[in-house]
Amino acid sequence: MSLAKQPDLGTPARPGEATVSVTIDGISVDVAPGTSVMRAAATAGVDVPKLCATDSLEPFGSCRLCLVEIDGAKGTPASCTTPVSDGMVVRTQTDKVAKLRRGVMELYISDHPLDCLTCSANGDCELQDMAGVTGLREVRYGSGVDAGANHLDAPKDTSNPYFTFDGSKCIVCSRCVRACDEVQGTIALTVDGRGFASKIAAGSDVGFFDSDCVSCGACVQACPTATLQENTVIELGVPTRSVETTCAYCGVGCSFRAELRGDELVRMVPSKTGGANEGHSCVKGRFAFGYASHPDRVLEPMVRDSLAEEFRPVSWDEAISFTARRLLEIQGEHGRGSIGAITSSRCTNEEVYVVQKLVRAAFGNNNVDTCARVCHSPTGYGLKQTFGTSAGTQDFKSVAASDVIVVIGANPTDGHPVFASRMKRRLREGAKLIVIDPRRIDLVRTPHIEATHHLQLAPGTNVAVVNAMAHVAVTEGLVDTEFVAERCEGYDEWAEVIARPENSPEALEEVTGVPAAELRAAARLYATGGNSAIYYGLGVTEHSQGSTMVMGMANLAMATGNIGRDGVGVNPLRGQNNVQGSCDMGSFPHELPGYRHVSDDGVREVYEQLWGTPILDEPGLRIPNMFDAALDGSFRALFVQGEDIAQSDPNITHVHAALAALDLLVVQDLFVNETAKFAHVLLPGTSFLEKDGTFTNAERRINRVRPLMAPKTGKQEWEIVSEIAQAMGYPMHYDDAAQIMDEIALTTPTFAGVSHAKLDEVGSVQWPCNDAAPDGTPIMHVDGFVRGKGRFMETTYVPTRERSTRRFPLILTTGRILTQYNVGAQTRRTANVAWHGEDVLEIHPHDAEVRGISDGDRVSLASRAGETTLRARIADRMPVGVVYTTFHHPVTRANVVTTEYSDWATNCPEYKVTAVQVALLTAPAEVEQTADQVPVAGG
Amino acid sequence: MVEPPQIRMANDIAAQFRHRPPAEAAGEVAEHIRLFWEERMRADLLAQVAAAPEGDDGIDPIVIDAAALLRADAPGPTA
Repeated sequence: MSLAKQPDLGTPARPGEATVSVTIDGISVDVAPGTSVMRAAATAGVDVPKLCATDSLEPFGSCRLCLVEIDGAKGTPASCTTPVSDGMVVRTQTDKVAKLRRGVMELYISDHPLDCLTCSANGDCELQDMAGVTGLREVRYGSGVDAGANHLDAPKDTSNPYFTFDGSKCIVCSRCVRACDEVQGTIALTVDGRGFASKIAAGSDVGFFDSDCVSCGACVQACPTATLQENTVIELGVPTRSVETTCAYCGVGCSFRAELRGDELVRMVPSKTGGANEGHSCVKGRFAFGYASHPDRVLEPMVRDSLAEEFRPVSWDEAISFTARRLLEIQGEHGRGSIGAITSSRCTNEEVYVVQKLVRAAFGNNNVDTCARVCHSPTGYGLKQTFGTSAGTQDFKSVAASDVIVVIGANPTDGHPVFASRMKRRLREGAKLIVIDPRRIDLVRTPHIEATHHLQLAPGTNVAVVNAMAHVAVTEGLVDTEFVAERCEGYDEWAEVIARPENSPEALEEVTGVPAAELRAAARLYATGGNSAIYYGLGVTEHSQGSTMVMGMANLAMATGNIGRDGVGVNPLRGQNNVQGSCDMGSFPHELPGYRHVSDDGVREVYEQLWGTPILDEPGLRIPNMFDAALDGSFRALFVQGEDIAQSDPNITHVHAALAALDLLVVQDLFVNETAKFAHVLLPGTSFLEKDGTFTNAERRINRVRPLMAPKTGKQEWEIVSEIAQAMGYPMHYDDAAQIMDEIALTTPTFAGVSHAKLDEVGSVQWPCNDAAPDGTPIMHVDGFVRGKGRFMETTYVPTRERSTRRFPLILTTGRILTQYNVGAQTRRTANVAWHGEDVLEIHPHDAEVRGISDGDRVSLASRAGETTLRARIADRMPVGVVYTTFHHPVTRANVVTTEYSDWATNCPEYKVTAVQVALLTAPAEVEQTADQVPVAGG
Repeated sequence: MVEPPQIRMANDIAAQFRHRPPAEAAGEVAEHIRLFWEERMRADLLAQVAAAPEGDDGIDPIVIDAAALLRADAPGPTA
């Protein structure tokens, strides 16, 4: 069996209609102006030999293998760098070019090891292919050591845990360097030296691991030889089959070709046809999949009667009947509302849908919530209030049409790296950048990019900043009055408030810490700079006014007419792979699928008829409310699907007490995570490599998740949930995941046109996908808002109740880094720990100095909620008075210190503002540092 | 004294509407609670407000007015 390669047309597509006619080897073809001869030939079905060209990179013209003859043109131009012209006649196969190509290949092979049969790229090497295509039969100069000076002793760089650089096989085509520049935008690689001494280098005298390389894999993918090769290919061999699927890390939702040998996953290669990523990847999706086969995986169901006992492995039947019996007993004793569930943003839409159905139909209540509660629930609230639906407005491609990009409370190069690469490409092309963040994130100043404005605001003052920006737009005559008049409502009332002097940049400067002149300049740029787009993250939502800030950004976009077309919009960068989908699927306790309130009789009736049972018209408990109710004794049993709330949720001392108070905790997960330590039932889950279903990414793109292998646990997760429902006496059965999606489409208007068959046919669609938009909706609110008129909402700034004090004088804010993901359950079980073995506390040099703290010292971090210890890193990207850490390692216990304060509208925790004190530890830390160290797989 | 969760959350909502006329603010708070709070949370809030001594400065006056509105209407939210 051989692996079908992804088509490569040699050079990138050019925009525009196919208006240029050319004839290539007698075949006529029409292409867009600016298209290369090479791409036109490939479009006509004629492959021109090439080595330095690939269609993800701009043409370079260095390998001289793609030479062609063009009627009326002198010489033999390179087809990759020669654009077509109307009427052009091209010949790609002539004696002249054949001789030239063979001569070029001779030179390449004279300095290349002749070890094809034992080479890791044997069968997957473009150099090998081209030797065949050009008919190379001899190398007149000799080869290997006989060929005189050569590079065959060039050393290997094995410093990166995921790939090897073998300099002896390098043909210096620069594809890796250009991939790093053009695709990833990190610009870590270079060609060092000149002429024969040229070699690829990842910096000055450092290996890949210690360089600026971010291990995105773009260079490995671009390499036409075995020079840059995945270690798994070196170890296991070239894959023999592939399955198209979707990454299970962040909300970008990259499409991948999972390439296997039999049932063994060899590598994940980003799919060129993936709508979200178009052939790019990051270190997590590309390489960090070893957790799926990690020995820590739980593969058998386990139960115990009390937390004092050890888990005992049981059969699926016993686990399901135990769970159902206990749920019914607890409901019988404590009432219908005493049980509930939390769905997972890492699970498929189909898996999430059945859990909320379990709650609403079998539990008979609405006590279902999702981990989006603690990240993007304010997005749902704010965008629904203003625009009418709970989703971002654009597709990712839209950023390529932006003139001004505003990044608020997000760190895309770490959190959403593949989208960040798109954004950086546009910024290198000249778009202006405004960063609104207390930290000097990497985007503020990175190769070839510098933010025009960095509004380094005080944590917790987002709303004051966005109001001040709106104030500038309103009072300086920068409002798009035509757009507002035609498309919006509530403007006059809003504008009257926002124009008041207390909302001016000058009045708010003392609160926000942002110089008024700088803020005015940023506001003017946003309002007048052309297409302006807002991208935001949890630095917006995880505040006491998270929902208000979302509405504030929506107001600003509406006021300036930056909504409803390419290049503009208000765009949440979602944290987890299926946050959007889990919310779409009715995971919130007040909403049925499609964001329809449970009190809506018409909507309830749809489900009541289909499900054959009444649906409660009252909102259920949200996650924090569940914890409070567990502690007051009215909430007694919880089903947790694939989330580690005991590590990720705020004030975990409170969370742990609540979990310990439950009569029954059922955890469905890959691992015995921190939450499972409080569980009575552990139902082993499936990894994304085993799942069958769909994920919906941050741009509302519904992508297929296809199983590479049968579930290691013997059951799909939706089967387990259905069987629990049945054991509780509620009939729930599906033959497969496609049937679940059919039910979602039947009941949810925005998904009416979605089916697995359609997705298999077209690749992906962005909802709404229905009769009105059969091909989906890349950009929303084009001709009108979902709610009719866009609604301006009042956004009065209310300071958080969390204040720094003499006892806790610093403000802690938390986030994530590139190589780790969320609570680290997956990434800590991969070689990504090589980059981030522990969470650290970033602290400004001044704050460190006054406390006697040096880089690397262990420090205590204390708030009114709790205390933990970790290592300090002196970082001048932090402002004075603000410290930062991640929560990827349970041993760090970062959420011991975060508090119960939350967004007023949604209860999304205020992770981003906690008053703390930091002190140098002079005694050994109490926390045992080996607690979360796990062996690494898939390195 | 530890602020009960329902009082804390209601106070947080009230703070967002404090700039509005009192009756309007109370209406907004009551409506938000109707739409998003589970029944037992509403009941707890009403009980806590009822049990609070007069002039208790731990409860926002807007919350007290909102509680009166919630108490007055029949159980069940409106979309």
